[in-house]
Amino acid sequence: MISRLGLRFVALGYLALLLVFPVAMVFARAFQDGVVAAWQAVTTPEALHALWLTILVAAIAVTANTVFGIICAIVLVRHRFRGRNLLDAVLDLPLAISPVVVGLSLLILYSLTSPVGAWLAQYGVRIVFSTPGIVLATIFVSLPFVVREVMPVLREIGTEQEQAASTLGASPFQIFRMITLPAIRQGVAYGVVLTTARAIGEFGAVSVVSGKISGVTETMTVFVADRFQNFDLVGCYAASVVLAVIAIGTLLLTNLFEPREDR
Amino acid sequence: MSASANTGAAPAGKAGAAPVNGALTRGVTVIYLSLIVLIPLAAVVWTSFGEGIGGFLRSLSNPQAIAALRLTFEVSLVVVFINIVTGTLIAWVLVRDSFRGKGLVNSLIDLPFALPTVVAGLTLLSLYGPKSPLGLNIAYTKAAVVMALLFVTLPFVVRAVQPVLAEMDLEMEEAAHSLGASPFTTFLRIIFPNLLPAVLSGAALSFARSVGEFGSIVLISGNLPYKTEVASVFIYNQIQTDNIAGAAAVSVLLLALSLLILIGLNALNRWGRRHDQ
Repeated sequence: MISRLGLRFVALGYLALLLVFPVAMVFARAFQDGVVAAWQAVTTPEALHALWLTILVAAIAVTANTVFGIICAIVLVRHRFRGRNLLDAVLDLPLAISPVVVGLSLLILYSLTSPVGAWLAQYGVRIVFSTPGIVLATIFVSLPFVVREVMPVLREIGTEQEQAASTLGASPFQIFRMITLPAIRQGVAYGVVLTTARAIGEFGAVSVVSGKISGVTETMTVFVADRFQNFDLVGCYAASVVLAVIAIGTLLLTNLFEPREDR
Repeated sequence: MSASANTGAAPAGKAGAAPVNGALTRGVTVIYLSLIVLIPLAAVVWTSFGEGIGGFLRSLSNPQAIAALRLTFEVSLVVVFINIVTGTLIAWVLVRDSFRGKGLVNSLIDLPFALPTVVAGLTLLSLYGPKSPLGLNIAYTKAAVVMALLFVTLPFVVRAVQPVLAEMDLEMEEAAHSLGASPFTTFLRIIFPNLLPAVLSGAALSFARSVGEFGSIVLISGNLPYKTEVASVFIYNQIQTDNIAGAAAVSVLLLALSLLILIGLNALNRWGRRHDQ
């Protein structure tokens, strides 16, 4: 009994020192000069622009990765073809790669001195140091979540209903819309929440490709680092609180959507 | 799970128009993955070998790069070992113990995944940095790097071990206990071997994450070359000073390592599944 209490104490103590107290401390620091100062710090034009850009980028990345994620999950679960295992393995790369390497890869491919970047520049398209680069970086790092959440659901529901619909004359699109999509709804929702959290929180890849131009290509996370480096601690902690609140909201949502048998 | 093997077989052949549809969706998947992931990564590999193998090796023989890589492996190994112990312990407490607020603690485990990494680093800095209310300042030391990595990798081992522990039969443990084994012996001889595949897979994931981590480290480590500069921060600094070849060479090394870990995890998962049966 004593050893059980001891283990509980060690486990909870570790979590408190590593997670709870530090996160609580950020809230305390953000409001140390009062709520008004914190509010003013996150409503400057730069902060509001960073927040807006973060939401815009996350919306694009989540939409792209959700559409792709559903298609990719169907391909991986329902089709048999050569190179399927390779595709399956490649899909996890974004989770295993350093975000800085992701940023570097986009910088090399799309910089003005590269063939691709120079070609795009002829048509007035700029990727690096502008919003498209941030979007590409964010899509890259948040790519696997929807696929990985939808795949097990697809496996579980099987194909009987889809085959029945097919013999009754439904078109592939009708089958997808009326049978498959409703069945995988929850997996998609969970994947979307995870993708959103990752998209909003991305920092390494974005700080490499964005050029960190204040008020132009700064996302919320880059804004936090920028405020810190400029010794504006209230601004940096207040912006962190905004991000932390989003993260905690995400946690609550994932608890809502998480498949029951996992818990 | 065993049913999925049969139902997973391609139904496409039976459903009239589906084969065309299948080729289309497959094409879309491959093109999207290539454009977003593979072509950019290929560009990094291409750049790092731009001046041949010699150029690649020359970039890697930079002593600052070597120091950064060595530090990265050191701290990642330390973090993995701590995670194996604390992760297994936390999983055990969450599965076998019961106390008020356990549900809350359980959802708290995922916080490091939800919290942006730069905020994670900042939270640690606010408690353990300069002006620490505890009078404990570890900022700009290796300990700070380890702590930041422990924060962001916390969920991996816990979440890998938890479901396995929850499904484990209590009978074996009871048998060991009735034969006079101490709780410690029971854990070491009965519980831990059964958890091993899960522990290793969680450990591999946290190693991969540690090796590439950037956001949580960059503010708290001070990025002192030869002292607290890890590989990802080194790459970042090389990009800032326009040494793209140097950045690409170290990146390729990290990429190769990520690939190795993914392949190892794949093998580990197959082994774990066989272990189940």
